Amino acid sequence: MGESLAFHYEVDGGDFTSAGQASVKIKKNLRQLGVDAETIRRVSIAMYEGEINMVIHANGGNADVIVDDTGVTIILADKGPGIADTEKAMEEGYSTAPDNVRSLGFGAGMGLPNMKRYTDDMKIESVLGEGTTITMKVNF
Amino acid sequence: MKVSELAETEGFRAIALPEPGREIEGCYIGDLLSWVMGRAREGNAWVTIMSNINIAAVASLADVSCVILAEGVEPDAQVCETALAKGINLITAGLPAYEVAVKLSGMI
Repeated sequence: MGESLAFHYEVDGGDFTSAGQASVKIKKNLRQLGVDAETIRRVSIAMYEGEINMVIHANGGNADVIVDDTGVTIILADKGPGIADTEKAMEEGYSTAPDNVRSLGFGAGMGLPNMKRYTDDMKIESVLGEGTTITMKVNF
Repeated sequence: MKVSELAETEGFRAIALPEPGREIEGCYIGDLLSWVMGRAREGNAWVTIMSNINIAAVASLADVSCVILAEGVEPDAQVCETALAKGINLITAGLPAYEVAVKLSGMI
């Protein structure tokens, strides 16, 4: 590729019907760039989990995706309430999602663990009352 | 076995079949969407009783060959439209998830 490419998406916090739009778009964009199917799958699933988290907890946010020679970097930033205990949040099955979200099939406490599982590198920066930024990288 | 062949099997009915030629490779049963994304494999038939709009995104991202709605669950019109637009094969079955899987196991 030689140079890096950047994509920016806004994640609407309004409702769940539009959740996933950014992930589906990045899937298409990466496919056009000729990225291999497994990398696309990992990136888009990690991003979808992040999108859903931003819809559930933070009333939306911003997603930036950077593609370079080494891999795909995803930066998800929101101005939500922040994560009180990031270590606890990373445990499979731990969730603070409300019941209405669970009835849709979300809120199983698998979002952050899945993001870690599908990426090579993941960093959570969160300040209570200010917001959360998650940076993930999938290497080629 | 191709998704189109499954749709023609007794007990199964196609709701949206935009990619009828996709091959079914294995099966995953689950209703918690993150579990499905984390565990379902590419090409799996995904059996669920969830029929809300988010199943289209999950099916697309997990790249399953089809979604089989068990227990005779019917999705609303918006889910059908989204499935068609996103290339998601959607099939409904009158059987419980276990029996769907047993049937699939004998065919694929």
